[in-house]
Amino acid sequence: MATVRTGVRAVAAVLAVALGVTLTACSATGGKRAEDARKAAAEAASGRANVTTPRWTFAMVTHSGDGDTFWDIVQKGARQAAAKDNINFLYAHSDEGQQQAQLVDSYVDKKVDGLIVTLAKPDALKASVARAVAAGIPVITVNSGSAQSKAYGALTHIGQDETVAGQAVGDELDKRGRKKALCVLHEQGNVGHEQRCAGVRETFDGTLQNLYVDGTNMPDVQASIEAKLQTDPAIDAVVTLGAPFADAAAQARRTAGSKAEIDTFDLNAKVAAGLNNGTLGFAVDQQPYLQGYEAVDLLWLYRYNADVLGGGRPVLTGPQIITKKDAAALAAYTERGTR
Amino acid sequence: MTATAPPAEGGQARDERLLPASPLKKLLTRPELGSVVGAAAVFVFFAFAADGFLRAASLGTVLYAASTIGIMAVPVALLMIGGEFDLSAGVLVTTSALVSSMFSYQMTANVWVGVVVSLLVTLAVGLFNGFMLTRTRLPSFIITLGTFLMLTGLNLGLTKLISGTVSTKTIADMEGFASARALFASEATIGGATLKVTILWWLGLIAVATWVLLRTRFGNWIFAVGGNAEAARAVGVPVRRTKTLLYMGVGLCAWVSGQHLLFSYDVVQSGEGVGNELIYIIAAVIGGCLITGGYGSAVGAAVGALIFGMTSKGIVYAEWNPDWFKFFLGAMLLLATLLNAWVRKRAEATS
Repeated sequence: MATVRTGVRAVAAVLAVALGVTLTACSATGGKRAEDARKAAAEAASGRANVTTPRWTFAMVTHSGDGDTFWDIVQKGARQAAAKDNINFLYAHSDEGQQQAQLVDSYVDKKVDGLIVTLAKPDALKASVARAVAAGIPVITVNSGSAQSKAYGALTHIGQDETVAGQAVGDELDKRGRKKALCVLHEQGNVGHEQRCAGVRETFDGTLQNLYVDGTNMPDVQASIEAKLQTDPAIDAVVTLGAPFADAAAQARRTAGSKAEIDTFDLNAKVAAGLNNGTLGFAVDQQPYLQGYEAVDLLWLYRYNADVLGGGRPVLTGPQIITKKDAAALAAYTERGTR
Repeated sequence: MTATAPPAEGGQARDERLLPASPLKKLLTRPELGSVVGAAAVFVFFAFAADGFLRAASLGTVLYAASTIGIMAVPVALLMIGGEFDLSAGVLVTTSALVSSMFSYQMTANVWVGVVVSLLVTLAVGLFNGFMLTRTRLPSFIITLGTFLMLTGLNLGLTKLISGTVSTKTIADMEGFASARALFASEATIGGATLKVTILWWLGLIAVATWVLLRTRFGNWIFAVGGNAEAARAVGVPVRRTKTLLYMGVGLCAWVSGQHLLFSYDVVQSGEGVGNELIYIIAAVIGGCLITGGYGSAVGAAVGALIFGMTSKGIVYAEWNPDWFKFFLGAMLLLATLLNAWVRKRAEATS
């Protein structure tokens, strides 16, 4: 008992010392101060309402897991558009199909003025979307579900067709003269991931193998890619399906002594830096910011002017192939988390 | 005539409990024996089934995979021997990396400051777990499940609140990064194999944990509180202190593991680490630790981590259809554990 209390006191004491040290042991490079300095040069980017339309409430329900960088960017786009359009924006997410459907139901009960839904698990959400449509709430689907969107009664779909994106990667690999590629899937059983790799396989003239890794365990991702590259030195391209995994793949390539090119889906600050310094070959971006922004903006346009985009076909936000020459221009946007 | 004093006739009537055990029997009753046999079986299996498994470079990769699990499996095993377990260990690793990165970044401090603060935080979480467990007497399942959920929420919430995004900013350009990386995430190439520094951390932790368990009084306390906490208390073992220190040991290793994560990838995603706590527990169980406590070893947990590393990477080397990856992994783990239990039973029967 006494020991525990001594322990607490010791921890508190050391903490106090550490805080003291912090004040003196400052880093002259990097860190928040450097970021603040950069920001000071730029303007305050927060949006202000530019319209005098009534304050409508739009809700967005996605299939995102906790702490996903991609959905963070989608949300930023949506909030920016909401601020500009004088919209009260609500957001909820669950990676379980059933729970996502319940979240949609609760927003329908709340009688929101517009609804944005992802259809990663279309069957689970079918009834809830139908309920919203029956209640007269305009629905826009984003990201996944381009095939089901129209049938379920949504106004339009905004996103990237995963198969088309995969095909773009296959074409780019051909252009770069690659012969044997690896497709790294970080979520086993994710339909979109399978579609991406299948798309690559369709257009890629070489052979493509799938590799499943545990996305929540970065050292495992790295070791698995390393193992694969050691087994098959003929692999000359590695395609990761999410930005954070490109760096792990680059490290795996180095330790395995492989010459493979690392390419990735999606973008973040590290990927932009990697493209810039040549560690990475190319990235294929589906512009998540645009998915969030356009969804809110299109709902507003529909409410205000009954406008619809796409003519019954999905509005595509990607694939945009990003290489070294584009990377420098995007670095600042990836840094602030909107690209 | 009373028969109080036994005839002192040169050991003929010596207590059988004091008989010197043969070295073979000693070996057979070690808790890690089963897992060592299992590891050998897995090794031989993949040596034949998987092309290139035996190359030096591949063994380096397998050892790296094993070490990242093993660093956590060792303290988790000690905790299990002490009769408790910790469901918050997986996300605590992520917490450790997040705290270190965000503290350095936000304070624009030398990254070593973040490293130290992170150590204090992980130790404090261990202290919290131990304190709650020994004060409330709720089962460790409930306490650490609560900690697990709270840490998961804090990881996400605080990161978003402080950084504005769900992953941390890069700290690679900050002072002290290079030296911290050398300690936590460096590597050396020896004979074609790239060996990561985590392997050294792992071996060091095994040595320290084994020494503590077998050669110190604290080691006896661990076995005592895991075997029967009430009996241990009755003979003067400080049960509360022992369990609290074991939880702080998990915190210490989570710190090492988290700093490795941070300094090898320099950006940390706040949602990571969920589910890894089960992998650590599985490694300890394969290594011969009983879920009921009081029995097990640090070496066993390390061998359990090695089996895990060999299996997960061996499947890649063997180029098996990846759709079946998890199935093979599960089957291999079950087989290894069954073999482990069987060898132990045989050893006990023949003794």
